[in-house]
Amino acid sequence: MMAQQTKIRRKEDASLLSGRGRYADDLPVPVGTLYAHVIRSPHAHADIVRIDARRALAHDGVWTVLTGEDVRKLSDPFLAAVKTPVQQWSLAVERVRYVGEPVALVVAESRYVAEDAAELVQIEYAPLPAVIDPVAACAKSVPLLHPQAGTNEVSVREFRYGDTNAAFSRADRRIAMTTTFPRLSFTPIECYVVVAQHNAAENGYDVTANFQGPFSMHPVMARALRVPGPKLRLRIPPDSGGSFGIKLSVFPYIVLMALAARVTGRPVKWVEDRIEHLVAASSGPNRVTQIETAVTNDGRVLALRLDQLEDYGAFLRAPMPGPLYRMHGAVTGAYDIANVDVINRVVLTNKMPASLIRGFGGPQLYLALERLMHQIAVELDLDPLEVIRRNLVAAQKFPYRAAAGALYDSGDYLRAVDIATGGGRLDELKRRRAAARAQGRAYGIGFAAIVEPAMSNMGYLSTLMSKEAREKAGPKSGAVSMATVNIDPLGAVTVTADVTVQGQSHETVLAEIVADALGLRPDDVEVVLELDTAKDQWSIAAGTYSSRFASGTAVAAHMAAAQMREKLKAIAAKQLNVLPDDVELAGGKIRSRSNPDNALPFGRVAATSHWSPVLLPESMAPALSETAAWTPPELEPPSRDDRINTSLTYGFVFDMCGVEIDPVSYQVRVDRYVSMHDAGRILNATIADGQIRGSFAQGVAAALYEEFTYNEEGAFLTGTFADYLVPTVSEIPEVEILHYESPSPLTPLGAKGLAEGNCMSTPACIANAIADALGIADVTLPATPRRIHALLERAGEAGER
Amino acid sequence: MRAVKGDQKTRIALTLNGRKLAAEAEPRLLLSDFLRHGLGATGTHVGCEHGVCGACTVLVDGVAVRSCLTLAVQAEGREVRTVESLAAPDGALNPLQAAFRDHHALQCGFCTPGILMSFTDFLSRTPHPSEAQIREVLSGHLCRCTGYANIVAAIKEAASSSPASRSDAEEGDHPERA
Repeated sequence: MMAQQTKIRRKEDASLLSGRGRYADDLPVPVGTLYAHVIRSPHAHADIVRIDARRALAHDGVWTVLTGEDVRKLSDPFLAAVKTPVQQWSLAVERVRYVGEPVALVVAESRYVAEDAAELVQIEYAPLPAVIDPVAACAKSVPLLHPQAGTNEVSVREFRYGDTNAAFSRADRRIAMTTTFPRLSFTPIECYVVVAQHNAAENGYDVTANFQGPFSMHPVMARALRVPGPKLRLRIPPDSGGSFGIKLSVFPYIVLMALAARVTGRPVKWVEDRIEHLVAASSGPNRVTQIETAVTNDGRVLALRLDQLEDYGAFLRAPMPGPLYRMHGAVTGAYDIANVDVINRVVLTNKMPASLIRGFGGPQLYLALERLMHQIAVELDLDPLEVIRRNLVAAQKFPYRAAAGALYDSGDYLRAVDIATGGGRLDELKRRRAAARAQGRAYGIGFAAIVEPAMSNMGYLSTLMSKEAREKAGPKSGAVSMATVNIDPLGAVTVTADVTVQGQSHETVLAEIVADALGLRPDDVEVVLELDTAKDQWSIAAGTYSSRFASGTAVAAHMAAAQMREKLKAIAAKQLNVLPDDVELAGGKIRSRSNPDNALPFGRVAATSHWSPVLLPESMAPALSETAAWTPPELEPPSRDDRINTSLTYGFVFDMCGVEIDPVSYQVRVDRYVSMHDAGRILNATIADGQIRGSFAQGVAAALYEEFTYNEEGAFLTGTFADYLVPTVSEIPEVEILHYESPSPLTPLGAKGLAEGNCMSTPACIANAIADALGIADVTLPATPRRIHALLERAGEAGER
Repeated sequence: MRAVKGDQKTRIALTLNGRKLAAEAEPRLLLSDFLRHGLGATGTHVGCEHGVCGACTVLVDGVAVRSCLTLAVQAEGREVRTVESLAAPDGALNPLQAAFRDHHALQCGFCTPGILMSFTDFLSRTPHPSEAQIREVLSGHLCRCTGYANIVAAIKEAASSSPASRSDAEEGDHPERA
């Protein structure tokens, strides 16, 4: 179809460039709206002894001050994906467990007044020792975050695929390493916004928030509010200032503001500020991975063992521990490895709760896997690229069933690698390295080869339950995508769909897909993507996350448009006096294929169902609104032996880069970066490259700059943009983007996801290049100048001994 | 200079995008909040409220400022220009805006108004900047979606082709206000 190589004009852009966007904080609020301010914990771990809000309540303009006790009376704890005795509400109850945890909510006539009054709320804490290090948190003697759970390590699952022990016993060598992936977020420039209303007469809530999905969280919110789903109407604004996974975690505030609206009887608005966002909005989980491989002397991987310890902070919020399981079926990455043992461990510490961020489990997995591949080459004295090549899944094996259950739909990984390293690109990198090293400079080359999953199987999290527990709970699987094509009285076309807008150009791409099916121009199709749970089509899978658009919603739109097209062909056939098979839609007309002069304007045929439904072919329902629900059968529930096809499509990314380390400042500079993507069929080339560039920048940020840091007592050290270093234009290197297209056979459009790949591949690729530059194995990310300096000091000391 | 009392609302009059406007505000109200919630100019966005991200950048008397680090009272009697002023009244984009669209230099669009305003000021004073100069000015803004490359390309094109930036430099004003 319409891979567009020319300059595009996004439908979104004219409004956004003119200040006419409609972001959450831009929308009008009801008369009488109050404003909320969240009081947050200054302690990492403490019992709440006493909260005295009397002075605040006496302040002019203050309507109420909510505390954990109010929330406990008015709501139920949030449902979680892992059954533990841990309870979580929208405000801390009895105890605080991380710096920034919401403790009380002041509601007043303005935000300024609410912040004034917050200073008058007296809260007495009894501090407790904090647990910050995830490994230490698993020890027997440490303080417990949730004493009723009896442990901080709240979920442990072991998986075995193939015969790993046998492979280890016959291997030439065993190579092991430990990697740690840091805590970070991608901090959308727009923070959280919630406007909540409560209608006491109906006990119904109506909330507008820049929530991103998945809408599996809607029942979690409704249950917390003790109302049936339809009594929580959730509306998502037409524009959102970025999300990158982070805006899933606005959900506790949706519940909190809904409760505040109920208590005050007034609409309540809350706009998160940046300091709040950094300290407590959401973070990706940090992970400690011990990885070990059994290899032959020529670098063939026979088996893997992974022990993945993931730190989710103070609470395991639904849908956590997603990052540990989202990649599960694809845990062997791009490699053909039949034997793998995995231990997945979830630990809680005194940090902000972790949740969804772009890449979602991929960066953590691939840092371990790709650092290991590099280390295999180092220890066996092989070329790292050759080790990758020897282990990649071969083209003739597709569709390929990976050891842990992922069904890789299509690809030719070796070919993609050959293209990327060809054209003189790798030769140039090697020349630059040789030249730099000849002058005594530290220059290294790194590679990363990864599989990029898209459109998650909503059943993957149930892999963490035992098969007995799964059988008891009933099967969970699949993922539904929905879109609707509507016809107005003059035959104009509008589209709605189950995504939340965050900048991914869905409006433009959906218009292209639907216009293509109906013989129209994209400008003829209006796309309306603000979502309203009371009126729009949605399932638990709705939202924008896990790269579900290209393999999911785009397909649903294609199907809905095809349904509409077939109906219009039948309607037109009657009016044109031809058979439906002879009708085509092209150039804004509906016409006879064999006699194109026998034609009617699209709008005239399309409007028939409004103005003259009796003219419709017999037994046809009016062609006014066609909804398609796309649910691919490949997303099966976990098998009895714990294999799970975690996603529908699997793209491939191969990166290589050259980095140089400044001998004085220890700053890592990315000298050259090449990124090859096989994302199946590309729906829109400009938008695809835009997504890749954005993902690449975030991958660089994770590799070199961004980290949420805590000290040993749990104090949060990166609470402003002066401490938490988001790269500017000066820090983002150029990237050469290449494409190779292996269309997915599993979707009608053949498209796969591509917006998360570099978040997964780039940190590993840069880490490998640093390892190559410095000749060291222990690379900790982000590789800041301070860390590099410490590494070199350690290496120097070791050398002297 | 007019004296204002800390706990009392004051009438603040200014020129916003060529139109004289006034509203009541406390002396401590930020210019960003005054523009958005007092005057209804929601095109200016708030991203960090500590002067780092640049999303809230507006022009005060033709000079780019962070409206989150400016009090509304400081804009009393001044000419304030925001992103809403850039396009022609019929909606036609100006060359800088059009270049952003043609180069896919925005995704979510939240940081974009601030960048547009910074470069409206910068290009008016430096109509033919080098790429290094563009990057230096752009480094005062955070964008999380694009990776910046397309923004640089858009500004380069706007700088090389835009007569508007030159007329801004000459006249220091916008045609809309004539």
